[in-house]
Amino acid sequence: MEHLIEFKDIYKIYQMGDEAVHALDGVSLAIDPGEFVAIVGQSGSGKSTAMNIIGCLDVPTSGTYHLGGIDVSTMDDDQQAEIRNKMLGFIFQQYNLIPKLNVLENVELPLLYAGISAQERRERAVRSLERVGLSDKQKNLPSQLSGGQQQRVSIARALAGNPSVILADEPTGALDSRTGREVLSFLQKLNREGDTVVLITHDNSIAVKAKRIVRLQDGKVIYDGDSQDPQAVVQPEEEASEASEDGFGALVGEEAAE
Amino acid sequence: MNFTQSFKLAVKSLLTSKMRALLTMLGIIIGVAAVIIITSLGNGMQKYMNDQFEEMGSNLVQAQVYRSWSSMDVTAKDMYALVEKYPQYLSGVTPYTSVQGMVRHGSDEYKRTSVYGVGETFYNSSKNSTMQGSKMGKGRFLSYVDVEREMAVCVIGSYLEKEAFGGDALGKTITVGGAPFTVVGVLEKSGDNSEGSADDTMYIPYTQADRLSSGSYLDMYLFTATDRSTAATAKGIVENRLYKAYQSHDNYFVLTSAEMMDAMDSMVNLLMAILTLIAAISLLVGGIGIMNIMLVSVTERTREIGIRKSLGAKGRDIRSQFIIEAGTTSAIGGTIGILLGIVVANVITIVIGAVVGTGSSDFHAVPTLQGIAVAFGVSVAIGVLFGYLPANKAAKLNPIDALRYD
Repeated sequence: MEHLIEFKDIYKIYQMGDEAVHALDGVSLAIDPGEFVAIVGQSGSGKSTAMNIIGCLDVPTSGTYHLGGIDVSTMDDDQQAEIRNKMLGFIFQQYNLIPKLNVLENVELPLLYAGISAQERRERAVRSLERVGLSDKQKNLPSQLSGGQQQRVSIARALAGNPSVILADEPTGALDSRTGREVLSFLQKLNREGDTVVLITHDNSIAVKAKRIVRLQDGKVIYDGDSQDPQAVVQPEEEASEASEDGFGALVGEEAAE
Repeated sequence: MNFTQSFKLAVKSLLTSKMRALLTMLGIIIGVAAVIIITSLGNGMQKYMNDQFEEMGSNLVQAQVYRSWSSMDVTAKDMYALVEKYPQYLSGVTPYTSVQGMVRHGSDEYKRTSVYGVGETFYNSSKNSTMQGSKMGKGRFLSYVDVEREMAVCVIGSYLEKEAFGGDALGKTITVGGAPFTVVGVLEKSGDNSEGSADDTMYIPYTQADRLSSGSYLDMYLFTATDRSTAATAKGIVENRLYKAYQSHDNYFVLTSAEMMDAMDSMVNLLMAILTLIAAISLLVGGIGIMNIMLVSVTERTREIGIRKSLGAKGRDIRSQFIIEAGTTSAIGGTIGILLGIVVANVITIVIGAVVGTGSSDFHAVPTLQGIAVAFGVSVAIGVLFGYLPANKAAKLNPIDALRYD
């Protein structure tokens, strides 16, 4: 069976002056359609870099990345933009809605860049808003909505393009715990309905809502398995302290990953 | 990204910060308005002058002859003969001698009145028009007999009649340089009936004029060509005759009214071109203003650009969005400038009309449709041109950095 997301020996190396920082240090990973995976790690672990590469916002220094069977690791900016448009739906911590556009226009955006006709754009955006239960807020500006509602709009926007993967980067980070739980259960619902969800977080309590956890540390995968396994939520203290002994390296690594 | 969407977005962002939008557009507004005003004024001036010439007769040929005080000198008779010889090109001629003599009536002096010595041919009775387009009001024009017998008679303009005779001049006497002349005719009003205008004139027989300004070295003749199109040939005929008489080009100067008109036109055109160029500098400054604001706007909207890119906007989508925004800004500025220019041109028309009193052929500063179209096109082009650099900067932003930008 073909994997939806397939990392083969991915390296991402940033040159910081004389020092080469390995933000991803030989990561191999495969995610199949219908999975709900949380990529967990502390800051500096390389999870942001991993998410940038999965999201086709960045390319690896070496290694190959296949998304839906297509090698996207060597694409140029415009080709990546097209892949993002067709295959990926982003959910960000800060919602990232465009403040001047109303809810409907925000949800229509990915469809606009896909070159879909105005009428179809509207229909699909409305359907998408219905899925997140906000079809009555179409004409509102983002600033007129609560944080939880704004995040639901951004989910609707991610869904509108009918993507292969939903990529959620700390989706609950800016929300209180109750609305955070709502958003998570909504992601679980989407997954039950067949969507593939990749969640990036530093928070174990959020990560366990996924079915599978991939833990990164210092650019390497240190755990990959079922989220209910007790081993999944173990924060490897010794290794973390080892890293902090080499204070300068850790600092640089963090900066690179930020 | 389609055009209407970008356009709507551009209008929206202009409306959200009206003050800033206005200031951004100000350079373009001023530049376009200046161009419209200048072209309107030039256009109006040209039309006004052409009207004046048309009224005077566009088929006139004027010959100035510097006397040599010898047997070589041409006389009025020679000129009359010339017209008879070439009837297909020349339809008439009259001496047209400017007389330097004070016009007096009783104790009143009329310093600005122009006095000309002319022949009876100056007036064409079948067309009821002088060579310069005036009509007879009362009485008659000078006759052949008046000229031949050197009669002390005159025809005056309506201003002089009103001022000197209170509107009833026929049969009365007025003096020029001390010599009395009896008024036999009054011309209809053709100018605005003011001092020094086309109505403040006096015509006497040229034979009388020669006597009044004896020793004058300059003779003037007015020819009428059969048509405006034959004026150039007519000029050649007159020049040939004068060259034959004097064997030198230095003794005479022949000019057609069409040439004068062309000379004036090209002068006005040159003046307009220079002024428009100066106004165009303001358009350039306006363009730089737009570029400046667009660069600020790109920086402010870095995050928005990042969001759009993450959703699949390509470099060209972002670029066209910002270029359309710059173009829209300058197009709106250009439209405001055009309207402002038209309003100001109209105000100038009214002010000039009131201050100068231009009389029968009114001065209208009218913008040409062509001028408006060019001004609008140039302003849009400037927006697009100066919007390109900021738009390109936006298009090249890295989506990761842009998304993280605060």
